[in-house]
Amino acid sequence: MLLESPLHTADAVLSETCLAGEPWIKTIYKGQTLRILDLEGNQAVDTLFYALHNPEERYSATDTIVRQRAAYLTAGSRLYSNEGQCMLTIVADTCGRHDTLGGACAAESNTVRYALEKQYMHSCRDNFLLGLTHCSCHDQNAARLGLGKRDLAPNINFFMNVPLTPEGGLTFEDGISGAGKYVELRAEMDVVCLISNCPQLNNPCNGYNPTPVQLYIWNAAHV
Amino acid sequence: MTQPISPADLRWEHTVPAGTHWSCLIRRGNSLRFTDIEGGANCALTFFNPTDPLERYNMPDTLKAQHTALLSRGHCLYSDMGRIFASITSDTVGWHDSLCGVSDAAMVRERYGESHYQQDRNAMLRNGRDSLLVEMAKYGLGKRDLGATVNLFSKVQPQADGSLLFVAGNSRAADSVDLRFEMDTLVCLTTVPHPLNPSPRYDAHPVRLSAYRSGPVGLDDYCRNFRPENVRGFINTERYAG
Repeated sequence: MLLESPLHTADAVLSETCLAGEPWIKTIYKGQTLRILDLEGNQAVDTLFYALHNPEERYSATDTIVRQRAAYLTAGSRLYSNEGQCMLTIVADTCGRHDTLGGACAAESNTVRYALEKQYMHSCRDNFLLGLTHCSCHDQNAARLGLGKRDLAPNINFFMNVPLTPEGGLTFEDGISGAGKYVELRAEMDVVCLISNCPQLNNPCNGYNPTPVQLYIWNAAHV
Repeated sequence: MTQPISPADLRWEHTVPAGTHWSCLIRRGNSLRFTDIEGGANCALTFFNPTDPLERYNMPDTLKAQHTALLSRGHCLYSDMGRIFASITSDTVGWHDSLCGVSDAAMVRERYGESHYQQDRNAMLRNGRDSLLVEMAKYGLGKRDLGATVNLFSKVQPQADGSLLFVAGNSRAADSVDLRFEMDTLVCLTTVPHPLNPSPRYDAHPVRLSAYRSGPVGLDDYCRNFRPENVRGFINTERYAG
């Protein structure tokens, strides 16, 4: 569902660029709104959320899918935790559809999907792990959670197009996003957001050209 | 399609009752046949590498590597490390779900009412999440380790708009599916109902497990050659475990 946001970037309390192949980690407090802006188009943004006050509570793709009986995410979708709590709600979306079944690319899965020699290409999992290894440089709150590989559950891929068919097909297709499209999420609890701006070059998820995204946060007062 | 297990290869048989949980270490070179005794069963499985439990079943890697939203004969069940825990060597069902995970305590209470040991004794209604967490805790694993599951015998069909439809009657009495283990694997499972099963009653059924020796996997193996990705998955697995 396409739904534009009433928010103005001039009112945002944070505006940061995340380059392709880089991690981004930030605390988002209850009531704040996060916007992810696809600057140049067709850029997959691999995203995970963790409850700030409970290191064992985190985004759950299966809970999100089952509780809404829906495989795709868009405006109105709630993002559920493994404890069955709504962590965030998608409040605006100019792309129309986002994936939560495709997971994150990894050095090891790249060897299976493409060729054994692809192991040494940069990947979202390596990027997540690099971000978490240097977590305190990004966000002191997040660093206190002590996250590692064990915590990398199936994620959201904003702007990524993974259509399913009634016959049971699942494919990575050309993105339906474009330059300037965005998705906006309102935090329903205090969360830590972990992003890998996807460096995958072997499939169309980034249009074979990974590009930067812009992250904005608004305080509840502006919403 | 499913061959009888030869008495020489059969190691043991065991029935997991309806609505309960179980776990076991299955060694490389062995298979488990899961039989839906009554029809309508659901058996949610998750897998760990017993020597490095950080390696676990990965639903997205399994589905995207094989370009599939369903699991059936020929498909391999991948870990997050590009290796194969198990291959589906035989299947009379045709569609097993891996999109939906398991129920939790609140879902079961809301759907079927309060049920506690004090009143219901061992007929108490268990939920999928706590069932798996109990089995996993026996190996030192916890909430951080519980991800997506393979839901044997259950079919959840994506519609054109991405909505999901639970298809009742997907598995009939005596239907079976065989998993051949390509690595030593810690298997945790539960036989509670699928989280999207719309039945107003707690629709759980028993599942019979038959463990048998399956031996080495040839280069002409059906699962190995089912997709070019699986050829590479087997190479990764054999380098590690072979």
